[in-house]
Amino acid sequence: MTAPAPISNRPPTRQAGQALLLDVVGLSKRFGGVQAVKDLDFTVAEGEIVALIGPNGAGKTTAFALISGFLTSDAGRVTFAGRDLRGLAPHQVNALGLARTFQIMRPFPRLTVVRNVMIATLGRHADVAEAERRARAVLDELGLGAKADRPAGGLTLAERKRLELARALGTEPRLLLLDEVMSGLTDAETERIVELVRAINRRGIAILLIEHVMRAVMSLAQRIVVLNYGERIAEGRPESVANDPRVIEAYLGDEEVARAPA
Amino acid sequence: MKWALGLTALAVLLGLPTVLSGYAVTIFVLIFFYAFLAQAWNIVGGYAGQLSAGHAAFVGVGGYTAALLLDRGITPWLGMLVGAALAAVLGSIIGYLGFRFGLRGFYLVLLTVAFAEVCRILASNIDAVGGAVGLYITFTGNPRQFQFQDQRAYYYLALALMLLGTGVVALIERRRFGIYLTAIREDEGACEALGVPTFKYKMLAMVVSAFLTGLGGTFYAFYLFSLQPNTVFGIPLSVEIIIRAVIGGAGTLLGPILGSFILTPLGVPISPPHHQARLAMTAPEKRTAPAPISNRPPTRPAA
Repeated sequence: MTAPAPISNRPPTRQAGQALLLDVVGLSKRFGGVQAVKDLDFTVAEGEIVALIGPNGAGKTTAFALISGFLTSDAGRVTFAGRDLRGLAPHQVNALGLARTFQIMRPFPRLTVVRNVMIATLGRHADVAEAERRARAVLDELGLGAKADRPAGGLTLAERKRLELARALGTEPRLLLLDEVMSGLTDAETERIVELVRAINRRGIAILLIEHVMRAVMSLAQRIVVLNYGERIAEGRPESVANDPRVIEAYLGDEEVARAPA
Repeated sequence: MKWALGLTALAVLLGLPTVLSGYAVTIFVLIFFYAFLAQAWNIVGGYAGQLSAGHAAFVGVGGYTAALLLDRGITPWLGMLVGAALAAVLGSIIGYLGFRFGLRGFYLVLLTVAFAEVCRILASNIDAVGGAVGLYITFTGNPRQFQFQDQRAYYYLALALMLLGTGVVALIERRRFGIYLTAIREDEGACEALGVPTFKYKMLAMVVSAFLTGLGGTFYAFYLFSLQPNTVFGIPLSVEIIIRAVIGGAGTLLGPILGSFILTPLGVPISPPHHQARLAMTAPEKRTAPAPISNRPPTRPAA
């Protein structure tokens, strides 16, 4: 297998008003009687951080699955770095530089932590020693270096979240799709992930995140897309979205919004 | 340390036939041979975690091919490779159907068993390949025809097969291919998300496994002088292969060998008739008797 050449022409820092990286147009998916995603449009620019928020069941994770090739859409188009992703298998989408994490983490429990990340780095580095070197570098960066040789099944929740992040990062993506990498963490752990995500983004990797932890969303995202019942109901800068009456209505009763700094 | 242990074990195994009785040699041949088959299964069943329960099909295809080619004057040393290649083709067909449609667990078991059964029924009903009676190979003792007067030749051949299978697995284990397989066994979806083309690697595992198993088929045919559809394509043979790998440790390098060393001697007293014939030939009280090849059904001329 010939691994695609690593993307070397990444911009060193993010700049405003950059080229489109991800372009989602009219994306729709129905499961039986449930319209999970309906005519969804949004974009992510090169180097940008965008948050996808919405109440439970709004279709956020379905949108991720559609973009990353795990589900086939009923209608609509997803373009990544100028390529139409239609019909591509998840591993092909990943090879183009679009990596995702899973909301329900999926480590390989019987493999060591470093092997887990090597599954990611081997895609671009067929040489096992080189793949391991890179995997250890990613683990060190995410503060998991000390656990590298332990089985992944023994990690704590916070560590597994970071392993999920490490693996996605190990595929050397241009865009990271993060599905609730902060849920269930303590404030200190959340703060740490926020810092990591920021550091990853500073290297020029664009980020699309699903998150319920509003404090993290507000501090990270440059733009927020709000979903409800599979449809986009609002989009914009964090401050404007937080004050949008449609958003407040969708979230009515949600404590996170009540607590969120407007 | 590991190397020293391995080399010592190898030296012992190489020297053993000089002190063993003919009967004991036969048992060792079976141990090595089943360790080899279990090792071949281990690639797709153990490392990749894809439960193939029809590996007998590959033994049968390999054995029948070599035996039929010998009828046409082609030495089994070549026929062995042709048989293995055909087994690999069959493996790729089974793999394609199973993996393209994402069959796992019980469903993959059903598919693989079904293919082995189809092979068995076809072989039983096609007279050109001996029908239900199967194929018998006349013992000539000619090494060109994969036959030997000296039992120890089979011993070293079986040992070589076991070492070959283990060498291949050791190579796979430390390369990207093998590392991917261990992850595919755990979570294919997560593999895909990390850029692993799971279909391709499962296919590769199946094809390599089928090829090696097909090589074993030739040994089977020429060691036991006979190929009967019910035994060589039968479910019991597939099970024999799987249990050795599973008991010894599926997905580990030495598991199939350990499993065969434990289970093969235990199975000797209750082994199937086609093994009993072989064992009887070398049983202590008959050691000096000529090989009882006269009481076999009419033989086909061997080249």
